[in-house]
Amino acid sequence: MVTPEDIKGWIEQGIDDCTVEIEGDGQHFYATVISPAFSGKNRVQQHQLVYQVLGDRMKEQIHALSMQTMSPEEHAARAG
Amino acid sequence: MDAQDKIKTQIEDNDVMLYMKGSAMFPQCGFSGRAVEILKACGADFETVDVLSNPDIREGIKQFSNWPTIPQLYIKGEFIGGSDIMLELYQNGELQDKINALKAG
Repeated sequence: MVTPEDIKGWIEQGIDDCTVEIEGDGQHFYATVISPAFSGKNRVQQHQLVYQVLGDRMKEQIHALSMQTMSPEEHAARAG
Repeated sequence: MDAQDKIKTQIEDNDVMLYMKGSAMFPQCGFSGRAVEILKACGADFETVDVLSNPDIREGIKQFSNWPTIPQLYIKGEFIGGSDIMLELYQNGELQDKINALKAG
């Protein structure tokens, strides 16, 4: 079974300097990903980057993944 | 007509097109259900395609949008995103603006 730690590891391997928080129960996962790799990209492109990193795992192992993505600038604006 | 051509026609012919699991009346997945609720809350007139009963579209739309999950929303032929992005755009009002713009136009 896939654990939140697995998904965290996969995303961290594939995206530079990212901060990943994941919660989940093996079926549904909720990810928050912050990375400078997202700067200048719109939300669709940001999610596409995460999906690309997860690749075929999205088909086979991960049943449901909700995510929130943001660049460090977007994160700072939100926190501020 | 192959799946890619079908999808192109569907998103051209329908201003608000939702690819989902199940129907608007009976969604077969929580994320698709949420997408329907959001569009209803915006007062949108929308069409849906049930990917569960259209396996060619189910695979085709993933390729078409470069997006591996369902639901997927198109407005005026533009890919808007999946259910997480729909929720964000609903909460910040952008989705409502897009729907209002369609009605005004």
